[in-house]
Amino acid sequence: MSYLRTSWYALPNLLRFVLRRLFVGVLLCLGVTLISFILTQVVPGDPVSANLGDRAASDPVIVAVFRERYGLDKPLPEQYALYLQRLVQGDLGESQQTHRPVTTDLGQYLPATIELASAAMILALVFGIALGVIAAIKRDGWPDQLIRIISLAGVSVPTFWLALVTLYVFFFKLGIAPGVGRLNPGGKAPPAITNMFTIDSLLTGQWATFSTAISHIVLPALVLAIYTVGSITRFTRAAMLESLNQDYVRSARAKGLPERTVILRHAMRPALAAIVTVAGMAFGRMLSGTVLVESVFSWPGIGQYAYKSALALDLRAIMGVSLVVAVIYIVVNMAVDLIYALIDPRIRLG
Amino acid sequence: MSESSLSAPELVVLPRRRFLRRSAWTQPLGLVGLALLVAIVLMAVLAPWLSAHGPIEQGARRFMAPSAEHWFGTDQLGRDVFARVIYGARVSLPYALQLVIMASVIGTIAGAIAGYFGGWIDGVIMRAADLVMAFPDIILAMAVVAALGPGLFNAVLAVVVVSWPIYARVVRSMLLTIRDEPYVQSSRLLGVSSARALWVDVRPNVVGPLIVLAALEFGHAVLILAGLSFLGLGAQPPAPEWGSMVSDGSKYFDKWWLSVFPGLAILLVVLAANFVGDTLRDALDPRTAKAFR
Repeated sequence: MSYLRTSWYALPNLLRFVLRRLFVGVLLCLGVTLISFILTQVVPGDPVSANLGDRAASDPVIVAVFRERYGLDKPLPEQYALYLQRLVQGDLGESQQTHRPVTTDLGQYLPATIELASAAMILALVFGIALGVIAAIKRDGWPDQLIRIISLAGVSVPTFWLALVTLYVFFFKLGIAPGVGRLNPGGKAPPAITNMFTIDSLLTGQWATFSTAISHIVLPALVLAIYTVGSITRFTRAAMLESLNQDYVRSARAKGLPERTVILRHAMRPALAAIVTVAGMAFGRMLSGTVLVESVFSWPGIGQYAYKSALALDLRAIMGVSLVVAVIYIVVNMAVDLIYALIDPRIRLG
Repeated sequence: MSESSLSAPELVVLPRRRFLRRSAWTQPLGLVGLALLVAIVLMAVLAPWLSAHGPIEQGARRFMAPSAEHWFGTDQLGRDVFARVIYGARVSLPYALQLVIMASVIGTIAGAIAGYFGGWIDGVIMRAADLVMAFPDIILAMAVVAALGPGLFNAVLAVVVVSWPIYARVVRSMLLTIRDEPYVQSSRLLGVSSARALWVDVRPNVVGPLIVLAALEFGHAVLILAGLSFLGLGAQPPAPEWGSMVSDGSKYFDKWWLSVFPGLAILLVVLAANFVGDTLRDALDPRTAKAFR
C-alpha cells in the first residue's frame, strides 16, 4: 500500500491530475448507469405487464419464462450486473416504438443533434463573449444595463415558443428562412461520412447542398443558442470585471499600452480560460435543450427521438438518450478540465 | 480543483452579519420584476372577474382572430384564449411554487447534512448530486414522467428529482464555513445536539441566500414545467396550461394567436422572477453571492 502511495506521488503532477480525472469520469459514468438502471428496471412497477400483453401476462408459465429470460427472478445487484453487461455490449434494449435496438436509433439521430448543438455553441460563444466584454468595459453604463436585460431575457424565454415564433415570422411571413428539417423537401443528403450534413457536403465539395444545409441550421441554432448566450454573457462579464481589477492589468495600462491591447491581450486571457469551463457545462444543457427545439423544427436528432419516445412512454428509448447525453456531458467536461489544466498550471496544485 | 471537478470550482463562502449589501428596493429592474409578479398573482386570484369567459367554455366560433369581443381570439375548440391565459396563471404558478418548495427543502436538508457532518456522508451526498447534475435535466425529467405517467404533479416530482442538487450545493458550501464559527462550536461544547445547532445557530445564516436562490429557480421551474407540458407530459387537456396551449397552437401554424399569447405569459412570469432574483443576488454580500455561479 505504502509502495503504491510513494509511486503515485512520484508521478508528475499533470499525469496524476489526468489519471485522477479519468478515474472520477469513469466512476461518474458508472453512477449514471446506476441511476438509469433504477429508473428503467425498478420504477415502472412490473416490467412483466409492461412488456407482455394482457393475455400472456395472465399465463404463469409465460411469465416465469419471461422472468427467467430477462433475469427478473434474480436479486437486484445481480440484475444490475446483467444490465451493465448488456450495456457494455452496446445493448440498450429495444425501442417499443421503432422496434429497433435503441443503439441503432441513437446512431442514426445523434450526428444531427451534435451538428445542431455545435453550431449553437459557436453562436453562443461569439455573441456571449462579445456582449459580456462590452458590458464589463461599460460597467454600470447604459450598454451594461441593456445587455443585462438582454441576457436575462435570453434565460427567460421559453425556447419552444421562441422556435415557433421565429419560424412563423422568418419562414411563414417574411419567407427569408427555409422551412423545417435539415434540407429542402426532397433534397438529397450528401454522402454519409460524419452524417453531419454541413461537414459532409463540405468534405465532398457539394456547394449547393452545403449552402442549403447551412441555411437550414441557422434558425434552430440561433434559438437553441439564446439561453446559453444569456449565461455566457453574464459569466464573461463577471470574469472580465475580475481580471480588469488585477494588478498586471493596471501595470499594462501604466506602461501606456493602448486600451484595446490591454483588454484583448491582458484581461481576456484569464477570462477566456474560465469561460471554456462554463461552455463545457453549457454544452450538456444545450444537448437537453434540443428536445424542445428539434420537435418544433422537425430536426431529426436525439431530441426529437426523445420527444417521440416520451409521447409513446417508451422508457428504454428515453433512458438511452439521457444515458448518452450524460456520458457526453461527463466526457466533454473531463476534456475541458484537462485542457484547462494544460493551459493553466495553477489548476494542478492540490 | 476539487475531486468533483465536474462542476465549477468549489467556492468557499464566508458568512457575514449583513446579508444585503445595498438595498434591493432601489433597483429599478427588481422593482419592475416585483410589480410584474404582484400583477400576475393578482391576475390569477381575480381570474373569474377579469375574464368574461371560462377557461374551458366552448361557446364561440373556432379560430376567431383577436377582436374586441375576444382579445386574444379563440382556439380550435372555440374557447376564449384570453380566459385560458388568465386562468393559466392558476395552474403554472402554484405548481412551480410547489416544485421550488419541495426541491429546496430536500436540497437544503441534503446539503446541510453533507456540509455539517462532512466525511463520507458528505462524499456520498455530493457525488449523488454530481450524478444527477450530469444528466440532462429535461430528458431525465421526461424519463421519470414516462415511468410515473403523464400529469402535472408527476412532472413536478420528476423535476424535483433533477433540481435538488443546486440547493444542496449552495447550502453545503455555506455550511462548511459556518460550522467552524465560534458560536456554533460553543453551543456544541455546551452539549447542544447536532440537529439543534443546525436549526438554531446555522439556519438564520442560510435562509437569506436560499430565498435568493429560490427566486432564481422559480423562473426555471416555470420554464421546465411549461416545457414538459409542451411535450405533452405535464398538464393534460383541457387544463388551461401555458405550455400545452403553445403546443396546441403549434398544430395550427397560421393561427398565431393560439401560441403567441400563452408563450408571452410564460416569458413575463420567468422574466419577472429573474429580475427579482438577479437584483437580490447583486444585493447579496459579494462573497456569499459567489456560491451562486
